[in-house]
Amino acid sequence: MAKSTDEKLSTVKSKPYTDSHLVPAVQDCRQCGEKACLYVCPAGVYEWNNDLQQLTVKFENCLECGACRIACSKHSLEWKYPNSDYGITYKLG
Amino acid sequence: MTENKVDVIIVGAGPAGSAAAITLARANKKVVLLERGDFAGSKNMFGGAIYEYPTNELYPTFKEEAPIERINKEHRYIINDDKSSVSVSYKSEKPSTSYTVLRAKWDKWCADRAVELGAYFSPQTTVREVLKKDGKVVGIRTDEEDFFADVVILADGVNSLLAKQLGMRRDIKDSEAAIGVKEVLKLPKEVIEQRFNLGENEGCVTEIIGSPMKSMMGLGFIYTNKESISVGIGVNLDELTKNKITPNELLNLFKETPAIAPLVKDGELLEYSAHLIPEGGFKAIPKLYDDGVMIVGDAAMLVNNVHFEGTNIAMLSGKLAAETAIEAIDANDFSKSMLSRYEQKLKNTSFYKDLKTYKDTVKTAHNNSESFFGYYPEKINEFFEIITQTGYIPKKSLFRRYIKNFIKERKYSSLFKDIVSFIKISIGIIK
Ligand SMILES: Cc1cc2nc3c(=O)[nH]c(=O)nc-3n(C[C@H](O)[C@H](O)[C@H](O)COP(=O)(O)OP(=O)(O)OC[C@H]3O[C@@H](n4cnc5c(N)ncnc54)[C@H](O)[C@@H]3O)c2cc1C
Repeated sequence: MAKSTDEKLSTVKSKPYTDSHLVPAVQDCRQCGEKACLYVCPAGVYEWNNDLQQLTVKFENCLECGACRIACSKHSLEWKYPNSDYGITYKLG
Repeated sequence: MTENKVDVIIVGAGPAGSAAAITLARANKKVVLLERGDFAGSKNMFGGAIYEYPTNELYPTFKEEAPIERINKEHRYIINDDKSSVSVSYKSEKPSTSYTVLRAKWDKWCADRAVELGAYFSPQTTVREVLKKDGKVVGIRTDEEDFFADVVILADGVNSLLAKQLGMRRDIKDSEAAIGVKEVLKLPKEVIEQRFNLGENEGCVTEIIGSPMKSMMGLGFIYTNKESISVGIGVNLDELTKNKITPNELLNLFKETPAIAPLVKDGELLEYSAHLIPEGGFKAIPKLYDDGVMIVGDAAMLVNNVHFEGTNIAMLSGKLAAETAIEAIDANDFSKSMLSRYEQKLKNTSFYKDLKTYKDTVKTAHNNSESFFGYYPEKINEFFEIITQTGYIPKKSLFRRYIKNFIKERKYSSLFKDIVSFIKISIGIIK
């Protein structure tokens, strides 16, 4: 059986920080038709919340790859590395 | 400003950064290697294989002492379709020049060697900013403090926020980067050796084009480790957005194709990982040096995508930048004209020349991804279906039908476009 992203992520050691290191510009996202972040992310960090009309950002899932940063064509995403001592640690890589 | 000052600061302890650090440490220069992860390699992943050259020049004991998984004896290429596949394999008894490794172990081993020779290593240290004075780079700022040096080497990988901050690198587009996702699957040693037809410690590299990334610029890969296999795909970001599919969904589909499923069967997931690959090629190489600063490895977009090579040129560029820094320290001249020697050295390497050779290959393949990764893999599989099929229709009619369909399905205009692209790539490579 194919594993979901969440099941796979449970194999990655991670220490999430309390605040998100990924901050989308809410207004820009509302006008964005493409929403590349929903597709390029290997960790399912982004979900579109229809009621709130904004992105849900599960930053604790982030694998720190930077795909969303590049794919966001309007550069509407504030993207930085998590603080030193936080984030993912691969055992194998 | 003096107490926190060294000869060289290197940002990032991947293959490029550690190569630079060990080269400087060998020359007895004061060098600091900064890494944002808990240890060198803890944020990194790749396919993957490292190569004898230039690894042996930097780490002469690597064959005996480094955490190598297997020595690659066989290379397989699979043209994958939904229900069939065509594969070619090259196996040689000649001494091998490629080795599979796992980055969390390999990168750590390399950084440890630099430390052994006197480099100062600081993990859990995220560099946030490059510091300039009078237009020249003079140091860096971390979450905690400022450090100063005569030369700063940026080895901070594909995202290089620091090269961007300095304005040395333009923003890369989604068509110039691919995302790689990988699973390390645990399998007993004997099963791996049986399944991939390998002797003790021997490894097999498998590269796959076609399904499920039909008409997408992407590749699948399988590497054999001691007691696990590394299975993954790399696919251009713009293809994911266009096809509204995520990398993990593609990886799952990939593992289910009939050519791959038996190879990964019963593998227990040990770790999932993801990383970007620079795909811009030769034309995306940024400005490599400026007053007090040089850029190496993925940060400088130095990856040969056609052959899946990045660590070798990362290591070599790190070494060459370090050698240039040594000359600069000895001459007490850290100007851009002095550091331009790094670019000169790099231009004389075979790796750089290879990048130039393939400068249009990736772009041409990408522009024609529908035919290169979709249509032709399908047609090649169909051809073998005819050859291997026995039935009541004579082969001659099957061949005729194959050719007729080929012409019918493929409008003359697109056939012509494919031929032109193919010629363009070939000429580009041999000229
Ligand atoms: C899926 C995939 C498969 C690949 N397969 C192969 C293969 O089989 N063979 C091969 O040769 N190459 C392969 N490559 C390419 C290869 O991995 C890279 O080219 C190589 O790792 C580049 O080395 P580097 O040192 O320049 O960058 P990296 O290995 O990315 O190292 C950069 C380092 O800098 C650190 N860092 C980043 N920013 C900061 C900061 N601000 N402060 C402090 N530290 C920082 C990072 O944590 C990291 O340790 C593959 C790549 C991918 C993604």
